[in-house]
Amino acid sequence: MDQLIINTGFPILSWLIFMPLAATLLLIFFKSDSAARWIALSATSITALMALKLVFAFDKTTSKYQFVEMHAWVQSPTIQYVIGVDGISILLLLMTALIMPFCVLASWSYIKNRVRTYMICLLAMETAMIGVFVALDFVLFYILWEAMLIPMYLLIGIWGGPRKIYASIKFFLYTLAGSVLLLVAIIWLYTANSYSFFIPDMAWQNYSLTAQSLLFIAFFLAFAIKVPMFPFHTWLPAAHVEAPTAGSVILASILLKMGTYGFLRFALPITPDATIQYLPYVLWLSIAGIVYGGFTALAQQDMKKLVAYSSVSHMGFVTLGIFALNSEGIEGAILQMINHGVTTGALFLCIGMIYERTHSRELLSATGIGKVMPVFVTFFTIFGLSSFAFPGTNSFVGEFMILAGAFKYDVTIALAAIPGAVLAAAYILRMLQKVIWGGENNPDQSYLADLNFREIITLTPFLIFVFWIGLGPGVFLDYIHTSVNHLLEQMQVYQAAIAVVN
Amino acid sequence: MILFLPELTLLVSGLLFFTLSLKTPDRDTLHTTAILSAITVFLTTLFTLGEIGSLFYDAYRITFFSQLFKAMLTGSALMILVTARGFSGIKDKISAEYYMFFFVALLGLVMLVSSVELIAILVALELSSFATYIMVAMRNDSIEGVQHNEASIKYLLYGVMATGLMLFGMSYIFGLTGSTRLDVLAERLPSLMAQPVAIVSFILLLSGIFYKLALFPFQLWVPDVYEGAADETTAFIATLPKLGAVAVLIQIAMLAGIHTSQLATILMPCAIASMFYGNFSALAQKDIKRLLGFSGIAHGGFILLGVLLFDKSGYTNAIYYSAGYVLMNVACFVTICSLAKGGKNLTTDDFIGLHQKNPLLAATFAIGLFALAGIPPFVGFTGKFILLTGALKAGYLIPVILAALNTALALYYYLSVVRLTYCTNENSDSVEKIIISTSQKYFCVFLIGSIILLGVFPGKFLSIIGVAIQSL
Repeated sequence: MDQLIINTGFPILSWLIFMPLAATLLLIFFKSDSAARWIALSATSITALMALKLVFAFDKTTSKYQFVEMHAWVQSPTIQYVIGVDGISILLLLMTALIMPFCVLASWSYIKNRVRTYMICLLAMETAMIGVFVALDFVLFYILWEAMLIPMYLLIGIWGGPRKIYASIKFFLYTLAGSVLLLVAIIWLYTANSYSFFIPDMAWQNYSLTAQSLLFIAFFLAFAIKVPMFPFHTWLPAAHVEAPTAGSVILASILLKMGTYGFLRFALPITPDATIQYLPYVLWLSIAGIVYGGFTALAQQDMKKLVAYSSVSHMGFVTLGIFALNSEGIEGAILQMINHGVTTGALFLCIGMIYERTHSRELLSATGIGKVMPVFVTFFTIFGLSSFAFPGTNSFVGEFMILAGAFKYDVTIALAAIPGAVLAAAYILRMLQKVIWGGENNPDQSYLADLNFREIITLTPFLIFVFWIGLGPGVFLDYIHTSVNHLLEQMQVYQAAIAVVN
Repeated sequence: MILFLPELTLLVSGLLFFTLSLKTPDRDTLHTTAILSAITVFLTTLFTLGEIGSLFYDAYRITFFSQLFKAMLTGSALMILVTARGFSGIKDKISAEYYMFFFVALLGLVMLVSSVELIAILVALELSSFATYIMVAMRNDSIEGVQHNEASIKYLLYGVMATGLMLFGMSYIFGLTGSTRLDVLAERLPSLMAQPVAIVSFILLLSGIFYKLALFPFQLWVPDVYEGAADETTAFIATLPKLGAVAVLIQIAMLAGIHTSQLATILMPCAIASMFYGNFSALAQKDIKRLLGFSGIAHGGFILLGVLLFDKSGYTNAIYYSAGYVLMNVACFVTICSLAKGGKNLTTDDFIGLHQKNPLLAATFAIGLFALAGIPPFVGFTGKFILLTGALKAGYLIPVILAALNTALALYYYLSVVRLTYCTNENSDSVEKIIISTSQKYFCVFLIGSIILLGVFPGKFLSIIGVAIQSL
């Protein structure tokens, strides 16, 4: 229990989790669409403000879990309601809470039927997502991890595009199939840890290498599908393309991060030996994802698909950074998770805005809109530049740190990842060129109206974060630093201990 | 007298419907009478919840365990009656008789959970079985393409075979120990459990229970009977006999004492095979009742997985799971019965656009299916989770992995139905709404609430079951 700083004051984390849930209950009693929109917006906004308050109160100098709340939940088997944040989860939590109001705004006019159900799904998603990042009891984590599949499934399946049925079922089946073995792993850890599901106590225990390997495989399947790592990525383009805008944003910005968060929170501390043993394979899979995602994105005609495949590539960078197992790599990876959330989320919002106007996601039907929508293309260009890590934008910092970490680990690996960065420039610039200027046979775009006030409000915060993280990453890295160093120190202590035993 | 009060009330209810059947009362009267009788019976079981005692030369024992099961059984019967809304799938002329058999079948099950002697168990089991065989055959003839008589005969023949095997096992056990009373058996059997003959007789004894729980290899009757019986009868068959069977299964499992490893080795494959057989077959089903039937086989496998731990926690988990299973099934059947016009059989395509026709029913149905699929935070997940935890604690790693894989397998067919319910719209512009009564609305909310609350806060209920197990 010495890893915890118990929160004695206002239970802010519980409020963050239950605020959206309370709003869903409220929504059941309001029938009108506009009431549903406003309730959802206010609930998510209040949650976002509380998350900001939490971030200011966060103590950056300790690696312990903060704002911890601990309550008994189920007696037998012992499940506790334990939640807390540390440097690894704080920024992800903040990002989740901040993005949700903009998801509501992005759906304001996009969603026309069954608005109430839609908002209930969004809010239920928020509860589950925040919960996943703060859960310190493995069962609590698993329950929320699985429970979020239902609202996400409905978001894709009801409000999705033409192939929504295929996409939603594939998404649900893939993710669930990946995590059933995680459940077995959780129960095994429970029996191995004197019947406790408390996550921090499971870490750095001397499990046998066989057990660690099996646990690692279970973790890997669950998290690699969620990330998604090559070759488990096939659900992603389908789900991204068919989901409504807000669904795509949630998927790209938050859901994918849960996989990489899982690697950091569980795979590294609980199965350190297996991590080191399987590390080369994971690294090369990351490289494969980076390059494959890049090449596939280059060939897409559908803008959402293009961004979806670029996500595969970007998330490859994140796993590369994590498994480089040094402070540059991991800190860069965490920062890149945030960056990807900001940039890709914004790109999906932009594409959603085009879609609302042209009712097509085809690149060819959106050519040459720079002339009629100057404000829009300005935003779009900046987010595009950020996506291929242009210096001065957020992704540059993240990708640079990851590559630095990779170089430190192994030069070959780092060199193998470089083509991915070049490919990113190629596919994004191709898209930007088409959208802004197009060619000689552009369709008539003169009917298009530029962004309205609500849409500008939606995109501006993303823009701020692109430059803020790009130009002053120190503020954000400070939050991460202590926890990552602690993680790596623990890793060394553990390995030293193992070496002594052998 | 007070010990036997619930049974007496049930008997009186059965007789009441017997008198009513002499005339042809209208459906509403029958329905109201049935609901009132069921409420009375349920209240009497609650009233006798704390009683302890024994009757009929100690062949019939009243414990907290038996009374808890009686409360669950009668409570579920009440839910089935509310679900069935007057049994529209049953022949008009004989609906009073149907109610009589309904209560007699319930009486059999209620007696079953109190029986602590092999012959008494057999009598109670058969009392409920024969009433159910007839209930299957009483479906309305006018519905096209329904083979309820075939279903009934199939149910009967399989049932008789299983009973025969069970009786044969009982004769062996009597031969081995010289007694048919469970408390005597519990003393004498454990020392014999090393002998093959004891194992064989034990397994034969279990076959009758396996049949009721629809466990592999006694599962073959399920699809045809589920399909052939009226929707309401299927709802009954899918829930109540399983609860009763779990109670007896636990009491018989306790006889084995501590020498259980061989039994577990033989029966664990049955549990796993039930899961795979049920889930794989369900994947291909179009008829919703067949689908639920096959899924029920898989769920039976999970329940058996709990019982096979042969310890108190395993039994507790199995009871929790079966109680949750009843709730989830009722949630599905309340939708099926409301949707089926004139009691016809529904295919999965009939659920297209259900959310337009009635959002509350769609929500109830979807939550029931998600719960059956074992998605948190519903009771199905919690049940599965504690079962798997218990089994892994006992060292069954491979069965646990196989069971977990089954969860993923099962998800597909549940999800396909949820998809039709929620993600599709009916083609025609004018959607025919389904109207349900206010009481049914409250019932749906109650079901949703209890599926969630029991899943999120299982502690209280688990400790109650734990106390009940202790009382044995």
